[in-house]
Amino acid sequence: MIYSYYPGCTLKTKAKDLDMYARKSAEALGVTLEEIPEWQCCGGVYPQAKDEIATKLSSVRTLASAKSAGQDLVTVCSACHHVVKRVNDDMKNDEYIRTRVNNYLGLEEPYAGETNVIHYLELLRDVIGFDQLKKKVKNPFKGKKIAAYYGCLLLRPSGVMAMDNPENPTIMEDFIRAIGATPVVYPFRNECCGGYITMEDKNLAIKKSNQVLASAEGKGADLVITACPLCMYNLSKNGTKHSLPIYYFTELLAEALGVK
Amino acid sequence: MQKIGVFVCWCGSNIAATVDVKAVAEAAKQQPNVVYATDYQYMCSESGQTLIIDAIKEYGLTGVVICSCSPRMHETTFRKAVQKAGLNPYMLEIANIREQCSWIHKDIKEGTEKAIILMTAAVAKVQLNKPLIAGESAVTKRCLVIGGGIAGIQTALDVADAGFEVDIVEKKPTIGGKMAQLDKTFPTLDCAACILTPKMVDAAAHDKITLYTYSEVEAVKGFVGNFTVTIRKKARYVKENLCTGCGICTEKCPMKKQPNEFNMGLDKRGAIYIPFAQAVPKVPVIDPDACIKLKTGKCGICSKFCQVQAIDYTQKDELIEKKYGAIVVATGFNLIKLDKFGELSYGLCPDVVTSLEYERLMNAAGPTKGHLLRPSDGKEPKTIVFVQCVGSRGNSCKEKSYCSKVCCMYTAKHAMLTKDHYPDTDIYVFYIDVRTPGKNFDEFYRRAVEQYGVNYIKGQVGKVYEENGKVMVQGSDLLSNEQVLIPADMVVLATAIEPDESARKLGTMLTASMDTNDFFTEAHAKLRPVESPTAGIFLSGMAQGPKDIPETVSQAGAAAAKVIGLLAKDKLLGNPCVAHSDEMLCNGCSTCANVCPYGAIEYQNKEFRIPGGVETRRIAVVNEAVCQGCGACTVTCPSGAMDLKGFTNRQIMAEVDAICK
Repeated sequence: MIYSYYPGCTLKTKAKDLDMYARKSAEALGVTLEEIPEWQCCGGVYPQAKDEIATKLSSVRTLASAKSAGQDLVTVCSACHHVVKRVNDDMKNDEYIRTRVNNYLGLEEPYAGETNVIHYLELLRDVIGFDQLKKKVKNPFKGKKIAAYYGCLLLRPSGVMAMDNPENPTIMEDFIRAIGATPVVYPFRNECCGGYITMEDKNLAIKKSNQVLASAEGKGADLVITACPLCMYNLSKNGTKHSLPIYYFTELLAEALGVK
Repeated sequence: MQKIGVFVCWCGSNIAATVDVKAVAEAAKQQPNVVYATDYQYMCSESGQTLIIDAIKEYGLTGVVICSCSPRMHETTFRKAVQKAGLNPYMLEIANIREQCSWIHKDIKEGTEKAIILMTAAVAKVQLNKPLIAGESAVTKRCLVIGGGIAGIQTALDVADAGFEVDIVEKKPTIGGKMAQLDKTFPTLDCAACILTPKMVDAAAHDKITLYTYSEVEAVKGFVGNFTVTIRKKARYVKENLCTGCGICTEKCPMKKQPNEFNMGLDKRGAIYIPFAQAVPKVPVIDPDACIKLKTGKCGICSKFCQVQAIDYTQKDELIEKKYGAIVVATGFNLIKLDKFGELSYGLCPDVVTSLEYERLMNAAGPTKGHLLRPSDGKEPKTIVFVQCVGSRGNSCKEKSYCSKVCCMYTAKHAMLTKDHYPDTDIYVFYIDVRTPGKNFDEFYRRAVEQYGVNYIKGQVGKVYEENGKVMVQGSDLLSNEQVLIPADMVVLATAIEPDESARKLGTMLTASMDTNDFFTEAHAKLRPVESPTAGIFLSGMAQGPKDIPETVSQAGAAAAKVIGLLAKDKLLGNPCVAHSDEMLCNGCSTCANVCPYGAIEYQNKEFRIPGGVETRRIAVVNEAVCQGCGACTVTCPSGAMDLKGFTNRQIMAEVDAICK
């Protein structure tokens, strides 16, 4: 199983753990992740303007690169996944954007959304299978109560992301079960952590992050996992009233598989 | 050789403003066999019709073309007029120069040019028209009402009171429908049971009404005046003629674990049950999925206690075939499923309920005997949040685009009734708009706000979640531009209404058209609101669209009036524009019969004389009484034997040729 792999900028700087443990675990699971050569930033934020082209170009370069390698594209950062998947959807379904992007990029072969973009969690669920993963776990997290934090970007808009039910998701809870722990379902698991607002109004981000952690703590969680570096930043830096440990899900995966 | 007259209508300024009607009449005079052409301001008026009749007589016209509005509007009017002048009504053609011309063009030159082309085509067709005689068919003087809610009951009573036999088919074990589940009814707050149950009893006692409860329509054949319907009477496992309705069987049944449908699953019923105390007929039914005796052969307790030996575990479904002249669709509604509304926590948090569940919680005959107790811990709620438009008026795939129409009023009702019983309760209502048109409706809603102090918040709810025994409601207050978080004890969702799930299948059986939401479509939105476009099918109640009880009862009466009008006739004139097979061309291939949606084509073996002997060939024969003239067979027939009278292939080609000239 060989996949094109897109780590994204943050995974090379602030969120090295998310990247490193994703690769180690993939290897242990028999999946080869080939990092896309000379990849660029995904664009960071999906542009909401209908006629915005420029900030979509770098994502399209990544998508086209996976297409020419003939591989599905695996992402792991929630924010990168969100941008790349939505740009891919635009390239597939929005003729205006498709035409303009292709005119601008002048690729050898025009790109029209052919690449299949999957998140690392989908790789675990749909390709490896959580029951198979369970069999490969060497150090199960027995007795641990883990709260999955989805945030906003991973599941929404649900029509495009098509990963799970955006209001009552189960993919991360199923992952938690597979590594031998007990999932904690709490109401704020898919609410916003504050996101980039922390740059503008730190108090608001503090309020939002504390809300999430209070909700998880209230339901008895021992720790929280996330797939998003920005969520990680907010929950750990702005979750001022709580001391719940926050981990990337890949770190727990690597530990469970005995490759940490 | 035809002598054709052409009559061009101005329709006031509707046509004349964008079509030079005089130029059309002048152009008509140049057409072959046209001996007379004129224009007039209102051709459909009495003087307009007289003008046509006089011209037919004076010029000895054999064919008439009227350039006017759509034939759906006035074809019947003009057919009657030409008939008065002694012409066969099918020697008339209408060129639609209003809907298909003047209304959609702005430029008078273009409009006139197109009107002339349409007139030319109609003239070309009428050259080939032949007189057609409509056949007659008898009317079966019995009406079928599908659905036994308030809509079906009211229609049935009105038709039966006029002296016609009516059968009600109801899929549930009792008639009464959703109204029987309601507590009180707006705007007068009379108890639903008090006004409905007497009508249920009247229906059962009426000598002209037959009830088929726990029954479903299985198949429908035939046409207006002559429907043949197969009804599946599901096995109750209880003999209706012996049962006294004493209810001892339901008390003794040991399997009391089934969700009680009548109470929206808020309590349990036995495997043998009577849906509710006032059920009609008051005969229990055994749920075969729950009954131990039916599943394993053991138990039989109900049978042992029954003093009249009414229990019959061997009962089978029964198929009944009956004939009807008219069919009324009164299949009603359901609430949509809320599985896609995870943000509202319905199904996750037991204290989040639908409005219909709330009706049962308020109802004196409900699971809590009318005490308002929340499902999770049986405590009285002190703060209740009502959320309106859940699944209505939305544009995402999980929502309905339409307004469910009754929710604003019943939410105001819920709020006031709750305040009446528990004055200390804090009540909040989230709304998009409050829509309360209707007699005494807005006054009713204002009473909730002004006298009862119900807090109406303009805005929608984003999230509902459970926290420390409270149901937290997060929403936005658009008027004060604030986010609000209300710790509530209960949340009531005004859930969108959709047609009953049986509607789609029934629509197909009846060939009655439906809209994209599976509501039955009326023949004309304004002028024929209780008739389906399919002749002989009538619409009553929510099956046609969301409506409240007063409106449902009015519509039910209107549908009954239409049914009575139909059943009062002894004979119906058929449609002579039906298919006909030319036996000399037919090769008996069966292609036409395979596409016929009405089963109107049969086959015969017929002898034909050929040089040197006789040969027997299989040929298609159309049953003219059953054929609806859809024309599917004519385009399918590979040998060109099938033709539609009044719309023959030659006539259509003549029209096309005239247009393309």
